[in-house]
Amino acid sequence: MKHMTRKATRHISQNEGLIFEKSSPGKAAWKLPPLDVPEVDTKALLGSQERKDLGNMPEVSEIEIIRHFTRLSTWNYAIDLGMYPLGSCTMKYNPRVNEFVARVEGLANGHPYQAEKISQGAMQIMKTLSNCLLEITGMDAITLQPAAGAQGELTGLLMVRAYHQSQGNARKKILIPDSAHGTNPATAATVGYAVENLKSNDRGMVDVAALAAQMNEDVAALMVTNPNTLGVFEQEIHKIAELMHAKGGLLYMDGANMNALVGKARPGDFGVDVMHLNLHKTFSTPHGGGGPGSGPVAIKKMLSPFLPTPVVITKPDGTLGFEYNRPQSVGRVRAFYGNFGMFVRALAYIFANGPDGLRQTTEDAVLNANYIRKGLEGVYDLPYSTPSMHEVVFSDKVQSKKGVKTMDLAKRLIDYGFHPYTTAFPLIVPGALMIEPTESEPLEELDLFIEAMKSIADEVEEDPQFVLDAPHNTRISRLDETAAARKPVLRWKPQA
Amino acid sequence: MRYLPKSPADRAAMLQAIGIRSIDELFSPIPAEYRLTRDLAVPRQMAESEIVDWFKQRARENGEGYTSFLGAGAYSHYRPVVIDALVQRGEFLTSYTPYQAEFAQGTLQAIFEFQTMISELTGMDLANASMYDGSTGAAEAVMMAVRVTGKRGAVIARSLHPEYREVINTYATHQDIPLKLVGFAESGAIDLKELEGAVGDDTACVLIQSPNFFGTIEDVEAIAEIAHKRGALLIVSIAEAVSLGIVEPPRTADIVAMEAQSFGVPLGFGGPYCGVLATKEKFVRQMPGRLAGQTVDKNGKRGFVLTLATREQHIRREKATSNICTNQALVALMVNIFMTVYGKVGLRELAKHNLAKTAYAADQFGKHAKVLFASSPRFNEFVVQTREDPRAINSRLLEHKIVGGFPLKKFYPELGHAALWCCTELTTRSMIDTAVNLVSESESSVRLPKNAEPQAALR
Repeated sequence: MKHMTRKATRHISQNEGLIFEKSSPGKAAWKLPPLDVPEVDTKALLGSQERKDLGNMPEVSEIEIIRHFTRLSTWNYAIDLGMYPLGSCTMKYNPRVNEFVARVEGLANGHPYQAEKISQGAMQIMKTLSNCLLEITGMDAITLQPAAGAQGELTGLLMVRAYHQSQGNARKKILIPDSAHGTNPATAATVGYAVENLKSNDRGMVDVAALAAQMNEDVAALMVTNPNTLGVFEQEIHKIAELMHAKGGLLYMDGANMNALVGKARPGDFGVDVMHLNLHKTFSTPHGGGGPGSGPVAIKKMLSPFLPTPVVITKPDGTLGFEYNRPQSVGRVRAFYGNFGMFVRALAYIFANGPDGLRQTTEDAVLNANYIRKGLEGVYDLPYSTPSMHEVVFSDKVQSKKGVKTMDLAKRLIDYGFHPYTTAFPLIVPGALMIEPTESEPLEELDLFIEAMKSIADEVEEDPQFVLDAPHNTRISRLDETAAARKPVLRWKPQA
Repeated sequence: MRYLPKSPADRAAMLQAIGIRSIDELFSPIPAEYRLTRDLAVPRQMAESEIVDWFKQRARENGEGYTSFLGAGAYSHYRPVVIDALVQRGEFLTSYTPYQAEFAQGTLQAIFEFQTMISELTGMDLANASMYDGSTGAAEAVMMAVRVTGKRGAVIARSLHPEYREVINTYATHQDIPLKLVGFAESGAIDLKELEGAVGDDTACVLIQSPNFFGTIEDVEAIAEIAHKRGALLIVSIAEAVSLGIVEPPRTADIVAMEAQSFGVPLGFGGPYCGVLATKEKFVRQMPGRLAGQTVDKNGKRGFVLTLATREQHIRREKATSNICTNQALVALMVNIFMTVYGKVGLRELAKHNLAKTAYAADQFGKHAKVLFASSPRFNEFVVQTREDPRAINSRLLEHKIVGGFPLKKFYPELGHAALWCCTELTTRSMIDTAVNLVSESESSVRLPKNAEPQAALR
């Protein structure tokens, strides 16, 4: 290594092939109990539909499975190992009690179609979580059904469309700031809306004058992320809301960055009409290597006739029930009721925090981001000097003069024992380094991160090629992504 | 707050380093009138022991200790304990989408193995890294077929899970995709004549489920022929993945949209589950969702990356194949481990147990009530028609801590007093006998003519 890092040391990493390469006939990790009903003649029951061969499915023993997946797991970085500052992903601690309660028998084994009479516990969880999320967002009604943030956006825009339709005009387009996440325009297209870009001003915020010029009766909604993807709070959010409302438009808020606001400000109070939350970001449900997510959508009262079905209601006898008969509903966006297991975890997180814990969490998240900003200002270019909330966005402007780009810096950060920040996003910052530490980092971890980033900046000055060749300490070096895309190998096949 | 790793002294030092006096200064960008100056009205901070107690109490109010005969898209199979032992490793649980491949090879290789096993089991060339669930996967498959064929219409079997149909409806509404429904014949399988009439030159796809919502195994080849003759794709939805151990996979389909919950994922009151799309190689660039691919590093060492990202929203924005970002990685890992545990031989034996239990149960029920579609091959589920409304029967069964079959009236009123019963390897003979006896007692006590409306629908 060029510079020493205090965070990480290399250690032995086990090699492991594909599971198929360990397979051989006769090995097994399963055992069924004796059959207590008569055996069946599969041929007689299934005829030509009987499957004879399961192809290249593996045959391995239990210890091999344990070792296989344990070895694979050690090749991953994780929050449990250290800071994971992926901007806009809110990689916070995933409390273990969440996992424990989600696996309690009656909750883990509840069938979605069991009678309401014996589903009161699950519905109580949904109701309590809904109430908490409504209080946190300052909204009037909510659906927990969407399976992830992107599906939350879809559900929100479906309700926007249904609302406008009920007013006699579905309208034609959605305004989206150029700093927005790629899902926003992709979702708008899925709902059949045209997308119109909205330029950010020189402070990284929505240009209110431009919005006023672009806003008209064809616009169904503005999708704004607040704080936005630069980590900047849209200070004129109320004016933005007024502008939208004056022309009959709605204000959609992407709640990806809600970790900057919980307990400190409520979107419902500053004019938001519809928003989604990401339970896997703000409310600590695990990211799990890329899902499952959960994307509840909170709305103002006028949108509630359009909620997806079913809706949890309190019946006249005081018990909870699912209401299906909602003629103006946008329909269903997912089978059953959504990612219920994530509701359990998110509610456990809210219980563990309480009002004081939630507020302190938000304050610490913002404190951490600003501490990093202070520590790295002057070392990396800060394209917008507007105050940061929960994340800070630098650029590779200084380092790219030596030919070192944000992705190269990220790869070198891996050698220092940190997961990289989000690279090359938001698009309005060329060569962005988007850093979101979350509240889960102790001071010493933040100091180590700052030290690592400074050290990398020095390396760029001294020996840029060394940084360009990073990572140096991982199992494998940089992978050929071009070859992977040109001739895709998406599955294993036995050698001919 | 026990999750927060800072002392008051740390916070003070950090404020000082930033050069501010109080944390409030960092929140000054929020206009004062919108700053919350009160506590949120959420429950007070609870101890871990209190949290556990609260959820255990809710669990007791949630069918704990009941014997269930429910399937209908959510199946109760045994989950080998190694699944939870492995998925709770922090390196899987607390990592994210493998954007930095060098630092996420574990997740990437696991996805690659998952894609391989799903391809093997479904008889397709390749599979993606997973979708939200079976319902949204089916909707995405329809939109994919529209992109592939350049045509718009979708012909959908009524014997596709009714809630999947509702989801497809929601997605199709604003994509200008007209949907046509095709009913089922007396066999319980799709009505091939009606299908033939419904598929036209403007049809992008035919979407069926097999085994279908009634448990009936469809004649996929015959359906494929009808679809392909008119240039439409065939999408086969599979809700009960264990069927793949013993039922011939839909090799003539163009897209398989599967719900893999049966493979080691808890019922969990409906989610999270694990959808998957599998397809032919030639359609891969129109497929939504994440894909892991094999490649090499600078030294020629095998490694895995997310690939073909140019289909995705973060590159293509409004022109992406889908707005989907995440997959269901951790749930897919459960599925992956389940498939590895049972493997080539175990999956077949497991499926045989399921087949035997169902055959026994259907026989027993057949002695006291009418089992519909009995002549067709089926897997795990069967429709029992009774004289009495199954909702009334079910509320009587509930007193014996038994959850009866899924009443079909809401979605298939033409079937009269019918319910969809399900058995898996976990259903014991004595559970079946007890339920059959109770249903038979219940049936002999009512003197309603067959298919008559009950006096009062009990819930």
